[in-house]
Amino acid sequence: MQTTFVVHVEDRPGVLNRVASLVRRRGFNIESVTVGRTEMTGMSRMTLVVDADEAARPRLKAHLYKLVHVRRVCDLTDVPAVTRDLAMIKVAADPSSRAEIMQLVDVFRARVVDVAPESLVIEITGTEEKVDGLLDMLRPYGILETARTGRVTMARGAVARQNGVRQPRQPWTGAADDANVAWSV
Amino acid sequence: MDAKQMTGAEILWECLVREGVTDVFGYPGGAILPAYDAMLRFPIRHILVRHEQGATHMADGYARASGKVGVAVATSGPGATNMVTGIATAMMDSSPIVCITGQVGSKLIGSDAFQETDITGITLPITKHNYLVTRPEDVAPAVREAFHLARTGRPGPVLIDITKDAQQRSCALDWEGAAPAQHKPPLPPPDAALCGRALELIAAAQRPVVLAGHGVMLGDATRDLQDFISRTGLPVAVTLLGIGGLPASHPRNLGMMGMHGEAWVNTAIQESDLLIALGMRFDDRVTGNLKTYAPQAKKIHVDIDAAEIGKNVPVDVGIVADLKDVLQAWQPKLTRCDIGRWIARIDELKGDSAVRDIQNLPDDGHLYAAHVIHDLWRATHGNAVVVTDVGQHQMWEAQYYKHETPRSLITSGGLGTMGFALPAAIGAKVACPDAEVWAVVGDGGFQMTMAELATAVQEQLAVKVAIVNNGYLGMVRQWQEFFYDGRYAATPLLSPDYVKLAEAYGLAARAITTRADVTPSVEAARRTKGTVILDFRVEQEDSVYPMVPAGADLHQMIRRPSPIVETGADA
Repeated sequence: MQTTFVVHVEDRPGVLNRVASLVRRRGFNIESVTVGRTEMTGMSRMTLVVDADEAARPRLKAHLYKLVHVRRVCDLTDVPAVTRDLAMIKVAADPSSRAEIMQLVDVFRARVVDVAPESLVIEITGTEEKVDGLLDMLRPYGILETARTGRVTMARGAVARQNGVRQPRQPWTGAADDANVAWSV
Repeated sequence: MDAKQMTGAEILWECLVREGVTDVFGYPGGAILPAYDAMLRFPIRHILVRHEQGATHMADGYARASGKVGVAVATSGPGATNMVTGIATAMMDSSPIVCITGQVGSKLIGSDAFQETDITGITLPITKHNYLVTRPEDVAPAVREAFHLARTGRPGPVLIDITKDAQQRSCALDWEGAAPAQHKPPLPPPDAALCGRALELIAAAQRPVVLAGHGVMLGDATRDLQDFISRTGLPVAVTLLGIGGLPASHPRNLGMMGMHGEAWVNTAIQESDLLIALGMRFDDRVTGNLKTYAPQAKKIHVDIDAAEIGKNVPVDVGIVADLKDVLQAWQPKLTRCDIGRWIARIDELKGDSAVRDIQNLPDDGHLYAAHVIHDLWRATHGNAVVVTDVGQHQMWEAQYYKHETPRSLITSGGLGTMGFALPAAIGAKVACPDAEVWAVVGDGGFQMTMAELATAVQEQLAVKVAIVNNGYLGMVRQWQEFFYDGRYAATPLLSPDYVKLAEAYGLAARAITTRADVTPSVEAARRTKGTVILDFRVEQEDSVYPMVPAGADLHQMIRRPSPIVETGADA
């Protein structure tokens, strides 16, 4: 089953390698991983989607916490969250099919970001299902190239509660009373 | 800040000295030369090994014998890759070591330069953490954090790879500024609600068994475990690495559990209604078939590593904490458990299967390994630090040598690294120069790392070596006998004449072929200064009993075949 972790890591050389290597080493498969800077200097945020069953989830989380540069791991699998995937799709389009494709783009609330004599580049942001839906519709015209970012997930609301406990979503920054982050081992 | 400029190499040794390091095990080479040159100016004893694998095992043995962090040093490329086995061994057995490797100059990284290898990449999954240091300013923070990580939480190996230019270039040492960063909050005290729930289960149990592992020693909780047992009267089974956590002579110490554990220990676990696992990890060699493991038992699991809770065995109460803190939190609330019938049941199991083929093995001119270990135990009064290799002799040692004190058995458990014993024994001897250190090895494992004999001689480290020599890779041969219809593929093993070998190194040695000669030889070895080799030519096709075949139910043990009748008396 697909498990979504949001992992805050210190922005150090090799940190992505450490996370990826850990997941591989423990016998799991990464479905998708995205990394980017955050509003905090030196801190990056990963959305990690892993195929892991119910029993393995807490264990994988505990393993992630054992990495020195991991500051917080949030399991968003069962939490209300917004998930987005960004795709750029280059599709074959000549003057005869261009108008039809543009209509599809409108329906999917996507955007055309490049027009060439024989192709279009379409940008779409949405859930994976929505992106897949547009891809299905475009396939008959001839898809020349696609690029997808993989999933980016953020929990809804300012904070969330789990078992009645406030769950911060930010990396651990030294608060002694923060009971929601695991400790170093 | 000390304004004085120091080279990265000098900073390295200065930091090691300030971390309390007095001895390092290593082997020089091109990329680590600046560090070796600087070493001469620091109060550090360097033990020159014969292979870098030996350096890591020595650092490991040093750490396990003393509880201090062991340090191994090697050069880049092959020096570093030779350390991999020793690092993996330390990782599996949670042993605190710091490995320092030289690396090619920072400008050459990635260019396939001479003796360049990506050792931080290679050791990523077998270290707690590792560092690639390319600037002298980063040496002190890496060393300080490495020592902190190696010895705190669940201990383990940390590697620091330092480029040659980082060793050569200079900067000022900022010791205070190099203090380990706090990446995560410190370990909180044990959860009171979970402790309460555990105490309820303990009070209600009819047939409880405590499972004590390596964590008892790593967490420095041997005293607390004894208090816990005195207070409750609970029976204790120990893992291989848990041996010594409770004195073997303690009336509630049942002995070792698992694949080669005593029959009554495994049977008691299978019949129990509560397992209290303390600092152990339910390894497959301990549980057998997980589906049928202790089916009626509730499980309490205390471990400092959250990733171990529920990994192999689902638990009813999992407490992630320092074991010592948990036992101390429990202590005032403990009462004596009313388990007289259960103890009687265990005694009955003991009586029926009871010991120890040992006195039942016929003394008919053959020499049995069990006798060798038993007599070694007697002759050393159970006071030696015994370092074993891996295989049959390791299991016989665990069964027949009675360890009374913590850290007196040093053995490669998790990784099962052959070749571990001799170098680890040398490391233990460096850590505890006054201890009587015995390396108990098989003829296979000894031949893997026997080059380290020269290290013992050169450094004048007296390690007594007992080779349990059966002319086979014995444990593999046993599996071939039991599970592969006795086809001995590649297990018959030739040995050199160990007496002559010892002579070449200037050492005393003796080959022993009869039981009558065992004790006098051990006593002679104890009287001899320096390293001694005893070559025990034991029965060739003897097997370790009882045995739970891999993946079988824990109570489905292969027992020693008749006609040997088992009795209860101790020899």
